Amino acid sequence: MTATLPQQTAPPTPLGRALNRALRDALAEDPAVHVLGEDVGTLGGVFRITDGLAAEFGDERCTDTPLAEAGILGAAIGMAMYGLRPVIEMQFDAFAYPSFEQLASHAAKMRNRTRGALPMPLTVRIPYGGGIGGVEHHSDSSEAYYTATPGLHVVTPSTVADAYGLLRAAIASDDPVVFLEPKRLYWSKEPWDAESPHPVPELGRAVVRRPGTSATLIGYGPSVPVCLQAAEAAREEGWDLEVVDLRSLVPLDEETVVASVRRTGRAVVVHEAQGFGGPGGELAARLSERCFHHLEAPVLRVTGFDIPYPPPMLEQHHLPGVDRVLDAVARLQWESEWTSKEAR
Amino acid sequence: MTVLDRSGAQQSSPHPAPPPAWRPAGDAASLLPQDTPYRVLGSEPLPVPPALLGDGPRPDDAELLALHGHLAKGRRYNEQATALTKQGSLAVYPSSTGQEACQIAAALALAEDDWLFPSYRDSLAAVARGVDPVEVLSLLRGDWHSGYDSRATRVAPLSTPLATQLPHAVGLAHAARLAGDELAVLALVGDGGTSEGDFHEALNFAAVWQAPVVFLVQNNGFAISVPLAKQTAAPSLAHKGVGYGLPGVLVDGNDAAAVRQVLSTALGRARSGGGPVLVEALTYRLEAHTNADDATRYRADDEVAAWRAHDPIALVERELTARGLLTEAHAAQVGAAAEELASDLRGRMRTEPSLDPADLFAHVYARPTQQLRQQQAQLQEELAAAAEGGPR
Repeated sequence: MTATLPQQTAPPTPLGRALNRALRDALAEDPAVHVLGEDVGTLGGVFRITDGLAAEFGDERCTDTPLAEAGILGAAIGMAMYGLRPVIEMQFDAFAYPSFEQLASHAAKMRNRTRGALPMPLTVRIPYGGGIGGVEHHSDSSEAYYTATPGLHVVTPSTVADAYGLLRAAIASDDPVVFLEPKRLYWSKEPWDAESPHPVPELGRAVVRRPGTSATLIGYGPSVPVCLQAAEAAREEGWDLEVVDLRSLVPLDEETVVASVRRTGRAVVVHEAQGFGGPGGELAARLSERCFHHLEAPVLRVTGFDIPYPPPMLEQHHLPGVDRVLDAVARLQWESEWTSKEAR
Repeated sequence: MTVLDRSGAQQSSPHPAPPPAWRPAGDAASLLPQDTPYRVLGSEPLPVPPALLGDGPRPDDAELLALHGHLAKGRRYNEQATALTKQGSLAVYPSSTGQEACQIAAALALAEDDWLFPSYRDSLAAVARGVDPVEVLSLLRGDWHSGYDSRATRVAPLSTPLATQLPHAVGLAHAARLAGDELAVLALVGDGGTSEGDFHEALNFAAVWQAPVVFLVQNNGFAISVPLAKQTAAPSLAHKGVGYGLPGVLVDGNDAAAVRQVLSTALGRARSGGGPVLVEALTYRLEAHTNADDATRYRADDEVAAWRAHDPIALVERELTARGLLTEAHAAQVGAAAEELASDLRGRMRTEPSLDPADLFAHVYARPTQQLRQQQAQLQEELAAAAEGGPR
């Protein structure tokens, strides 16, 4: 699957605005959809993603809750048991942790526990990742907690169009979706017309953002723009890099990734989350299992360090940037010699 | 106005109007529980019913006889399930022996459309609600995590992580209220569970949303081995409602008539938009925490003996005797009904449960992922190879 080109005539629209539009359209189309969270009502959320929703749909459809994340998620589970389709907002990645028991022990397990009698069509929106100069607890990449929890879908957009489409798909899903919003992309703009109809993609489909032949860069959410910039810069080195945007960590679209890596023979996974136990390890393992005879080099990972998220004045050292991605690309055994001095 | 602001030429009044005076948002006294637990059986004269209840009518003879039958069946169910555990048919059984009054009253107080949110010790309440006991015991037998249809029975799965079911109860009650459906939700929790954060968040959400939910705390004195004194410094658990703005009611948890009356009134109040209530029922777990526990390590025999004298069945039987209702015919009828339940349970638990390994993958998601389909195929191949008996 390849990305459709954005309409050039459409106005530049920030990613956060597309999320807002997705929530508005979901509320308008399905009376079962309810938005809940801290400050989502009058204020419109600290990132203004729910701006105007309470005014348009009323406090009962867009509800300011007490400040208690486990209570919010637990109540949303009860609402889902009664047939509603709650969409809850966690204010920041690290503030979602109090709700983890409700997510892991109940939202993720209720359908399975009840053999389908009580599905959990709820969406947990979580702004995640760094790069906004946030102080401690405001920049975690917490996706590995969620991907390690069977029963959850874990989805993250990297483009304005996907912000809309994937959020609509998440809300329409009959399973719980952890919808990770790359907060540093909230203000990034692309031509996108909110008023024209937009396709709602199927969850669990990766997309090739940039076709290439030399190697595959695999990213998701905030690392996709980094991969695209690296691919652009790599042209000067003579590398034609393909960029795959996973869009969904669970379900994982192995076929798109495997097809790309079998074509290029080389792969680098890029994410902000810590390397140890991060999604990159899972991808590297699956690629080595399924692409072994096509690989010209070990699958490399460019990730955050295995450290608590740094203070804002040091975060640039932690975040995987273009240079670090290019360094990894340079180590992809271009001379096809395992014993080469370059190989590390 | 501070000295820093005094730069302008204009001088405002030296005594500007103060912010609005603070006053409490509600009347705390009306939320407080009574000083003594409400009791109907075995005490003359009747204690004053909590303000919430209005006039508490004494149960009529028919109701009392019916309660006795339910309690005896409940006791027999507990005994049978405990025996099944000793025989290896159940993996574990957390008995509600001694707490049958709460269990039975909870089930009887519910209307058809109401929902029940039980914890793992409340399987009897689900059975008394009419759910098939074999299906109720699925979790404890280990053939599936929940064996009954929660939507059809309006009984949520038995919840194992303490108090986590309470926010679900609030959310469901809230959703029902938004839909305009006239129903109430009864959520069960123990004394230990009141220390969990979810208990507090659930009470707070329920009160803020005025959700039609009643919380029944069965205070049985112990959280496994830890006594209430190490659990809380609150005057009573029913007092915990005050901090959240919902009324607390204290009831003798072994007095089935009293618990029934309190819960029926509280649920009726919730159904008609009166908001949530916290009920603390004082009871006692006569058996150990589970078959794997040894209660003699943490409590004295004379304490247990005192509670045995205040047993829920004994309380009803004393009242029946006083009214001349405890006839041989009634006793025989009650005994036979209890034995029928036990015998049916015993017989059906002898049958092996039907297990399908494909179920492991069928309900994780609405549609299994590609990875789950592969894993299911792998397991099927392993099972097929094992069935052929060949070496793998």
